[in-house]
Amino acid sequence: MAKISLVVNGNPVNANIDPRTLLVQFLRENLRLTGTHVGCDTSQCGACVVHLDGKAVKACTTLAVMADGHEVRTIEGLAADGAPLHPMQEAFREHHGLQCGFCTPGMIMTAVDLVHRKGHDLSDHTIREELEGNLCRCTGYQNIVLSIAAGAKAMANSDLA
Amino acid sequence: MYEFKYHRPATVRQAANLLVKNADSKVIAGGHTLLPVMKQRLASPPHLVDLSHIEGLDGIEMKGRSLVIGATATHNTVATSAIVGEAIPALAELAGLIGDPAVRHKGTIGGSLANNDPTADYPAACLALGATIVTNKRRLKPEEFFQGLFTTSLESDEIITRVMFPVPKKAAYIKFRNQASRYALVGVFVAKRPSDVRVAVTGAGSEGVFRVTAFEEALKKRFSPKALDGMTVPADGLNGDLHGSAEYRAHLIAVLARRAVEAATGKA
Repeated sequence: MAKISLVVNGNPVNANIDPRTLLVQFLRENLRLTGTHVGCDTSQCGACVVHLDGKAVKACTTLAVMADGHEVRTIEGLAADGAPLHPMQEAFREHHGLQCGFCTPGMIMTAVDLVHRKGHDLSDHTIREELEGNLCRCTGYQNIVLSIAAGAKAMANSDLA
Repeated sequence: MYEFKYHRPATVRQAANLLVKNADSKVIAGGHTLLPVMKQRLASPPHLVDLSHIEGLDGIEMKGRSLVIGATATHNTVATSAIVGEAIPALAELAGLIGDPAVRHKGTIGGSLANNDPTADYPAACLALGATIVTNKRRLKPEEFFQGLFTTSLESDEIITRVMFPVPKKAAYIKFRNQASRYALVGVFVAKRPSDVRVAVTGAGSEGVFRVTAFEEALKKRFSPKALDGMTVPADGLNGDLHGSAEYRAHLIAVLARRAVEAATGKA
C-alpha cells in the first residue's frame, strides 16, 4: 500500500491505496467523484480527462500514486454545488453539445484546458484539431464544436476559470 | 495490472540505485506506453521507478550550437517551447503531432526514445539530426542507441537524462498518420546539416527507424525536391500490414521525403 496526499477540487485528500490504483479509479471509487468516466480505458477516448496541476490528462493512464503531492480538478470542481454552472458547462447545455452525455465531462475538461492554453477566440479548425483525443460515439461533434467556441468566449467574462 | 512497488526517487543516482537493487524494475515517467502494456498484463514489473519528480530532468536549453532537452520534458513542453521553436522548429512541430493534447501533457521524449516504437516520431528526429542521447553512464549516437523493434542499447540500470540535438541549417518532418491510431504510417525527417544531409524514416522499417542514404547523397549535391525526382526506395525490409503494403510505404517514403525538403526549403 502507498500513502498519498493530494488536493482534489480544492480539498485536501489523504488515502492509503494499492499503487496499482489508476487515478480515475481513485476518483470514482474512493472519492465517489463519478463525473469522470471510464470509456475506452486505453487513453484514446478522453471520457476520463481531468486536470492535473492545471493540465488536461487522461486519468485512465495515470496512477493515483503519481498524483501524490499534486492538484487534481474534475468536472465536479468546475462550479460549486448549487451555484450557476461553469460557462463551458452552460455552453454545452445551451447549444445542445451532448446527446447521451457519456463523453461530456471529458469534452468539457478538455475544452477548459484548451481555453487556458489557446485563449477565448477559437476557430472551428483549432477546436476540431484539439479534440483529437476525445471521442463522441453519438457523433455529435457539430454542436460540441459550437459549444466550445461559445463557452470559450463566455469564459472571458466569467470569474470561473 | 499485476502488483508492483512504487518508488519515487529524487535524483537520477537514486533512481539508478533502485534499478540495480531491484531486478526487473521498470522506469516510468509519462506512463503512456508502459501503463497500457501493464493493464494488458503484457508487462508485470515488480518495481516501478518514477522519474517524473526528479528536479531539473525536464529542462530545455541551448548549449553552444546544441539544443539540449531533458529526458522528462513532455511532448507539450517541447512543442510549445520558445527555445525549441527558435532553434529547431521542425522538432517542435514533430512533438505537436504526437498523440493528442492530453497525451502530450504526459508523454516524454526520454520515454519515447527508450521505448523505440517503430512508429514513434522522435527516433526519426534523433537519427536525422544526429542527436546524442545522454544517459547516467555514457553518450550514445542514434546508430548505437536504436537496436531494432522496441530495442535499444540501454542497460538495465541505465537512464536517459537528456538528448542533445545539433542545430541543423534546415529541417522538416512530414508525418503520414495512420487514421485510427495517429501513429506514423510513415514519417520522414530531413535535416540539412553543416556537413551533410540526413533522411530518416520512421513507421516503415521492419527493424525500426532507418536512413535513406541514396536520398541523402542526392540531396547533398542539391538540397531541392527536384533532386529526388524519379528516386524510389525498395520495398524490401519494409512493413506491410492491413494499414498499407510494403510497396505503399515505399511510395510514401519518396513522396514524404520530397514534401519534407519542400517544407525545409520553404519552396513548394
